[in-house]
Amino acid sequence: MSAVPSPSAADREPECSAFLREVMDATPGDSRLNMCIQCGTCGGSCPAGTEMDHTPRRLFAMIRSGLRDAVLRSNTPWYCVSCYFCTVRCPQQIHITDVMYTLKGMAIGAKLYRDNSPPDFSQTFVDYVEHYGRSFELGLATRFNLKHHPLSLPAMAPMGLGMLKRGRMELVPHRIEGMAQLTRILDRAKALEATP
Amino acid sequence: MKLLFYPGCSMQRTARPYLDSLLAIREAIGVELEEVADWNCCGATEYMSVHRVPAHALVGRNLALASRQAQGTDTLTAGCSACYLNLAKTDQQMREDPRLAAKVNDALQAGGLSYDAGSLKVRHLLDVVCNDVGYEAVQAKVVRPLHGLRLAPYYGCQVVRPDPDARWDDREHPTAMDRLLRALGAEVVDYPLKTQCCGGHMTVIGPDVAYGLIRRLVHGADAAGADAIVTLCPMCQLNLDAYQIEMNKHYGTRYAVPVLYFTQLMGLAFGRSPAELGIGKEFVPAAPALARISDQPPAAAETAKKKRRPRAADGLPMPRVG
Repeated sequence: MSAVPSPSAADREPECSAFLREVMDATPGDSRLNMCIQCGTCGGSCPAGTEMDHTPRRLFAMIRSGLRDAVLRSNTPWYCVSCYFCTVRCPQQIHITDVMYTLKGMAIGAKLYRDNSPPDFSQTFVDYVEHYGRSFELGLATRFNLKHHPLSLPAMAPMGLGMLKRGRMELVPHRIEGMAQLTRILDRAKALEATP
Repeated sequence: MKLLFYPGCSMQRTARPYLDSLLAIREAIGVELEEVADWNCCGATEYMSVHRVPAHALVGRNLALASRQAQGTDTLTAGCSACYLNLAKTDQQMREDPRLAAKVNDALQAGGLSYDAGSLKVRHLLDVVCNDVGYEAVQAKVVRPLHGLRLAPYYGCQVVRPDPDARWDDREHPTAMDRLLRALGAEVVDYPLKTQCCGGHMTVIGPDVAYGLIRRLVHGADAAGADAIVTLCPMCQLNLDAYQIEMNKHYGTRYAVPVLYFTQLMGLAFGRSPAELGIGKEFVPAAPALARISDQPPAAAETAKKKRRPRAADGLPMPRVG
């Protein structure tokens, strides 16, 4: 199979809504999102597709149409499990999983999500990394479930205890030595994120 | 063979048996592991969803520390699929997107570090074992072949997809671990679900989706007659093992397919004791399956007998021929 030709930027421009351009610019490398031919291979390959309010294919058509709010309110990116089936099967070689990450970040930035539990999970994970430099399963699971699924905690307790008993979970997080260095790096990176 | 080693958070805790079994076999396979000093979390699939450039800078610190430490090797290896992919992807995206590379290095500079994209080769542990150590070298160390053990090789997603550096024969139906397990003397069952998703973080944020995916994978292995599922990723192991119990409660099923790391099976075949390999720390006990390992290779007649692929009771109706 021959490689899909990549048209010049000028060829692509007429098809781009401002929102499509915004999504593409926020995705590292060339996401090729404007090359979508609406074939639906992505949705058909998605293990979580049945739970999504819009399939990836439809979401990409909505992006092209400039439906910013509807796209960023969609649960689609939050159901992405990062399995990359759509990405490797896309006949147009669109970096679909990367686009989903971009949309999650934009939805958080615009505070446009209906169910706040997936963004909260990501944020809680990020908080632990930014405090300790490492993830911390016990804290993550407890903090997230206390807020979002308090009733599920008793049911999940046996698993937690089972993890502890098997030496597969620790009670306190480990802090890296270079935490100050990591903080400086991340602070600088956050400042750079906003720049073009 | 010297390798820079990035253990990742999971291998320190939830996947401790993976690390213990790797340490137990490293001498046998002639691998010297040098841990990246003071590494930080790779960000899993979460950090990337919140902050883009910082997510790459987070990984960038690990790449920078590893490349500064690199002496006598330029290979950085990780055993966790998500850690491997994050390291490989940041390296690749920095190579392909100079604007991103400049931002990551600008951020790293705030910590007195820098990373020259492409200077390290990021490889998953399975890739190193299969393609550098090699099947023959592994086979040569086998003192207790895993005769009679039927295994379902489960690769999951992120080791074989998107495969930024084209390490594998196929991104949906890879065969490297199949060959490795055969080199250990085990029988490998046909497992078409080998690269389907384990649910990832969905076990926490959307359990109904995750239970469906876990059920499919466990049922597929069970229906194929596997004694155990073999994995190469801490997240896959956790979801298929610990959450197999929850999945059973959810559906009222009684699946009991143990989930082991490929390094644990290598250790067993190399004659190490189950305890040193962390066997016994899984939720679905592996002992009954491992008791099937026999001293004798399966009789020739038995292997020659073509087994009919078992049909799932709840599968789609298929026309029967003959």
